[in-house]
Amino acid sequence: MTTETKGLILAGVGGQGVILASMIVADALVRAGHDVKQSEVHGMAQRGGSVFSHIRWGAGVDSPLVGQGTAEVLAAFEWAEAIRSVGYVREGGAVVADLRTIVPPGACQDRRSWRRGYPDVDPELFLGRRVKSRLIDAAATASELGNVRAANSVILGAVAAFLDIERRHWEEAIEAMVPPGTAEVNLAAFRAGSEASDARIPGRAPEPRGYAGPHLIDIRHDWCKGCDICSRVCPEFCLEVDPRGRLEIVDHQACTGCRLCELLCPDFAISVTAPTEQTPKPSEAVTNHG
Amino acid sequence: MSSPAAVSIGTTPTGADRRVLLSGNEAVAQGAVEAGITMAVGYPGTPSTEILESIGDRRDIDVRWSPNEKVALDVALGASLGGARALATMKHVGLNVAADTFMTSAYTGVGAGLVIITADDPGMHSSQNEQDNRAYARMAGVPLLEPSNSAEAREFTRAAFELSEEFDTPVLVRTTTRVSHNRGLVEPGPRGEPPVAGFRADPSKYVMIPGYARARRPVLLERLRRLAEYADSSPFTQEFGSGTDFGVVTSGISHHYVREALPDARILKLGMSYPLPMERIRRFADSVDRLFVVEELDPHLENDLLAAGIAVEGKAFFPQEGELDPDRVRRGFVAAGVLEPGPESEPPPVPMARPPLMCPGCPHTPPFLALKRLGAVVTGDIGCYTLASLEPLAAMDTCVAMGSSIGMAVGMAASGGAGAPVVATIGDSTFLHGGVQGLAEAVYSQADITVLILDNGTTAMTGGQEHPGTGFTLDRTETTPVDLVALCRALGVKDVNVVDPYDLAATYNALEAAMATGGPSVVITNRPCVESPTKVRDRAYEVIADACTACQACMTIGCPSIVWTDEFAEGRRKVRIDTLTCTGCTLCAQICTPLAIVPVPEPVETGHDH
Repeated sequence: MTTETKGLILAGVGGQGVILASMIVADALVRAGHDVKQSEVHGMAQRGGSVFSHIRWGAGVDSPLVGQGTAEVLAAFEWAEAIRSVGYVREGGAVVADLRTIVPPGACQDRRSWRRGYPDVDPELFLGRRVKSRLIDAAATASELGNVRAANSVILGAVAAFLDIERRHWEEAIEAMVPPGTAEVNLAAFRAGSEASDARIPGRAPEPRGYAGPHLIDIRHDWCKGCDICSRVCPEFCLEVDPRGRLEIVDHQACTGCRLCELLCPDFAISVTAPTEQTPKPSEAVTNHG
Repeated sequence: MSSPAAVSIGTTPTGADRRVLLSGNEAVAQGAVEAGITMAVGYPGTPSTEILESIGDRRDIDVRWSPNEKVALDVALGASLGGARALATMKHVGLNVAADTFMTSAYTGVGAGLVIITADDPGMHSSQNEQDNRAYARMAGVPLLEPSNSAEAREFTRAAFELSEEFDTPVLVRTTTRVSHNRGLVEPGPRGEPPVAGFRADPSKYVMIPGYARARRPVLLERLRRLAEYADSSPFTQEFGSGTDFGVVTSGISHHYVREALPDARILKLGMSYPLPMERIRRFADSVDRLFVVEELDPHLENDLLAAGIAVEGKAFFPQEGELDPDRVRRGFVAAGVLEPGPESEPPPVPMARPPLMCPGCPHTPPFLALKRLGAVVTGDIGCYTLASLEPLAAMDTCVAMGSSIGMAVGMAASGGAGAPVVATIGDSTFLHGGVQGLAEAVYSQADITVLILDNGTTAMTGGQEHPGTGFTLDRTETTPVDLVALCRALGVKDVNVVDPYDLAATYNALEAAMATGGPSVVITNRPCVESPTKVRDRAYEVIADACTACQACMTIGCPSIVWTDEFAEGRRKVRIDTLTCTGCTLCAQICTPLAIVPVPEPVETGHDH
């Protein structure tokens, strides 16, 4: 009995509509006559964090959570979330991944290497796991149909191609759950998704030129009156005016050479120069921006 | 002994499949509606919030948010004594706040049925701790029901009201995140008839002065004895499976994980896990060679069984921290030698962290940008703004409990060791929940602190609930809002200033001035949440790529709408604004020295999806 129970994971980013999409899947499964449990986490996850929904169905479902390596399908609404959740998919199962990338601000903080902390859009990252895959550009498909907001139905269509649920149950569920007036475009998006072939993988972004080394900040203290403008604008918090009004360099290593302090100093008391020789490699540099 | 027939669980079969998918929270609401409640009251807190929201605006039920859980339980207890079946909902840490009333309500007993929902959060998905609130049932001497799925959430809640009246006691129903936020099939029943009763004055029962309370204590203990007797034969205690090699005692969601790992195992499932059906457990233990307890978090059942002289194994194999799941339960039974090791599937390497973020345009962001520049020691509180503790803002030093920011600031300043001015940051809902008394203390002790009240006009973290400061009730009826400025002044704060947080310079100056003031000062920000009650969307901003010097000043905000591009200036990455998610708050434009951030030429479409 419980051995027949199957699992599905939906993964995305807060605000993408993962929960509504998983309610549609759960509703379709109920219409197809299954016992269903669908589990998710609210709260903090709404605020742009990762969002997961687990769905299990069968004759009688016990655990609402899908075990590692047991899911029939992973439906990923975002690229990095596909990578994060691919371990749930069983051998021979399927990954439906939207090629959409949502790069969080935390992945744009390394001001040494200037590399994004975001995985490449490279299917090899999960195809090594012996799973089937369908890589789609749901937003593009939905836009062609006239409403980019139907993108999630494109993803559900692609998921349906890997599941044994009658099409009418999917269509009834979509009609029942999508916002009023959008059933038609969502049904069209669902059909387009179920017939979709793999989308083109975008080319790789150019590699950043790498770390240029901390710049040299030179202060002419006899010209400085301690007005505090430079320390207030420094994005790296390199400068500080001490209680006696004297400008100090508190973090020389963090300077990226933006020269805001130099450009805004009313007294021309600061100059910033690029490092010239012996530029340390990123691994040797002091890092404050992990 | 009370008749077990007094409490019915399960659904009367109707022949037709009328089952619908309901979350555990919706199912609790459904059960309470069927029980004939006329009062439902709570304070928002994940994972409990949707219970009251799904009861919604029924005319025949008084559904309301209270300023905090203590007040909510006071309201519910008062309603119960007045003859209304009452439901009080809260998250696990909310019961800490309500504990004072809870403990003594076990002495007074109830009028009409009184049920308290505690929604625990093992794994701390949205909480500051993962306390196991089963301990409260024992501490108070109140019966505890633990549903394991949506169907039981409905049945147990409904039955809890019958139990409450039958035994004249409040009843604690404990859900966990995986029950509250799991949808499962439920067959709803009809709305129950509210009881027709009024308040019957009985000072010896309801006035808990020592003389009367002493007489209630033996009543409580005798009630617990009768409840234990009832538990032995009650429909809440169920047996599954067959075999004599081993048996498992479990409750709540853990029951389903055990069934998943061992579909045919002998299981004694405790729907009522306090007081324990000890005779039933003893018989079960005697019928198997080896006995396990599988329970999430603390070893409550295990310790009780051991204390009763029953040999049992539990936490030696099943972790005490975090959520259980089918994989963890399976591994436990493998370690115990009950299961053969199966293939272990290694999860892939994590691509990157994706922590929750302050929304684009969040009015809480600029004050923290200012506080970071000002070098304040910041005692924080519970709400969206706690996210300001994360990079790149990294502008919060403490976060402990609802309202703690102010008292902690007082203590930090008094310690003499803060090393910088101390600022307490607290949201409007949290301030009215538990911050007001802290401010009274700050005035009383003339503490050298600044209190920054981040008034965004809603309870944002839990999804945008009304509170006494918003001017609206749960069903959006207009009411008198608490005036925060007048309240702070009335408490005795002389230096109270309101500032527009979208004006970074004004915010910086207001905070700087307040921090320089001796004694307590208050700064209140006044922009609404950009997501609730209405979505705030102004004209989006964009980056003129040629003008961007890649100085990274805008990247210090941590705005999700600003990302790096593949264009470089002197080796630094230039930035781009996602105009679909930008709300037009102007913060980045205010700190962009090269003036590279400007409004988009035409207003973009509003009300879009992200």
